[in-house]
Amino acid sequence: MPKQPMDETPGANRRQFLAAGASAAATPLVAATLASETAHAQASSHPDPRQPVPVHLKVNDQDHRLMLDSRTTLLDALRGHMGMTGSKKGCDHGQCGACTVLVGGRRTLSCLTLAVMVREPVTTIEGLAGTDGTLHPMQQAFIDQDAFQCGYCTPGQILSAVACVTEGHAETDDQIREYMSGNLCRCAAYPHIVEAIKQAKTQMRA
Amino acid sequence: MRPFLYERADDVQSALRAAAPDGQASVPPTEAAAQFIAGGTLLLDLMKLDTMRPQMLVDINALERTHGRIESTPQGLRLGALVRMSQAAEHPDILRDYPAVAQSLQQAASAQLRNMASLGGNVLQRTRCQYFRDPSWPSCNKRAPGTGCSALEGVNRKHAVLGVSERCIAEYPGDFGPTLAALGAIVETAGPRGTRSIPFEQLHTDSEMPNVETVLMPGELITGFTVPAGPWTRRSVYLKVRDRQSYAFGLATAAVALDMRDGVVGEARIGLGGVAYRPWRSHEAEDVLRGKPFDEDLADAAARAAFAGARTHGGNAYKIDLGRRTLVRALLQAAKMEG
Repeated sequence: MPKQPMDETPGANRRQFLAAGASAAATPLVAATLASETAHAQASSHPDPRQPVPVHLKVNDQDHRLMLDSRTTLLDALRGHMGMTGSKKGCDHGQCGACTVLVGGRRTLSCLTLAVMVREPVTTIEGLAGTDGTLHPMQQAFIDQDAFQCGYCTPGQILSAVACVTEGHAETDDQIREYMSGNLCRCAAYPHIVEAIKQAKTQMRA
Repeated sequence: MRPFLYERADDVQSALRAAAPDGQASVPPTEAAAQFIAGGTLLLDLMKLDTMRPQMLVDINALERTHGRIESTPQGLRLGALVRMSQAAEHPDILRDYPAVAQSLQQAASAQLRNMASLGGNVLQRTRCQYFRDPSWPSCNKRAPGTGCSALEGVNRKHAVLGVSERCIAEYPGDFGPTLAALGAIVETAGPRGTRSIPFEQLHTDSEMPNVETVLMPGELITGFTVPAGPWTRRSVYLKVRDRQSYAFGLATAAVALDMRDGVVGEARIGLGGVAYRPWRSHEAEDVLRGKPFDEDLADAAARAAFAGARTHGGNAYKIDLGRRTLVRALLQAAKMEG
């Protein structure tokens, strides 16, 4: 079965949709409520979905203002537009956890997050170490416990592990395994990852 | 992924306005040009696969301020649609008074996905059927009505056995949904025609028109859920059987809530997941249990009743036995709990 090229958006449908939006904006009630958003209403009177949108991200305490295609995921923004390639693209479908970052302190899959939707500060693997280069206790623990082989899943594992401890979900080995199950490791370094989390937990609480 | 317009809504009214459908078009909400996005864990996945092709995304995360609360009252549990799965899974009132709700959320997905996914979006999770998810398969009545069902004679080990038809045997993959069905929850929505309350059991439609999955209208937004209180909610269990111990979809799951006095079942509530086309409530099993002294034979009779209407298609034949045993074990666990 021939596949449609990606950019062959059903044009008629889009036109219908946009026409409906325009006619809705002409009714007085809607026009009145939109009056406070004049600039926005004007911008959307000729909307082109391919037009870049402004994106403001705070990553590792640094502000980044970008113009990006609305389809850009946080992962692609970090890797492709901000030069931070520590966050890894594994499956790109939210199944492997390699892209895990912290958003507002909560572990989040950056491959299933649109950059334009992010409103809270982002922490990536590049932002974990101290300014003097001292590794985060979790980074050091992964080294000490030999908690990786190929290393591809490691940035996601470490961010997820930091959150696992701060959430209070690292009380027992079983609990660590359960709450780290969203981070796959094809080298199967799992037992050492559990040991690393136990080591770092003590230091993170100190 | 195809291009789309992005708009952030500040409140329900601006969300509804942004997603207002074209009046002439009659399409199921899943195919509407404008889609609401909260966690995005389902929508962006299916957009990357080119299975969903919205032309506009309306970001409703700002509604968390007004629709992100959990409230437990003597009447029941109120859950805002923007509550994240992880918040409800760990809430002390839910853990104590509605353990099946907490367990169904704890055992779903991964820690990352639970942090992201909203409860409103979770119940609209779409099937994992690979013939639906991958648009390179020509036959899928859910994705392309009238083309047939590739799963009938395809790889169907994970497919449904209850509520299926020759048009579609896709499984509803969620865990929270069957629990809401069992507990008689109510869904609250806001849409172009105003607000309404829908019994959760009636939210999802049957397999006769597989491309229409719910009774929602295009542009209609789930705003919250109410789970009515009852003497059975504390004695409730969600049991999930899957290929691995964590982070996998259920092959057979059971949500069970019992009100028992002196060993006799007063009220029984039973939901099933992983085995059914939609979030499944088994009134048949409930009828077997109600008013009878509880023992394993009674649980077994209830489980047989629950699967009496099951239809298998080769690869999923094991699901009748597995589903029955899962329900029996869940009932035995619930019966042992403090009431």
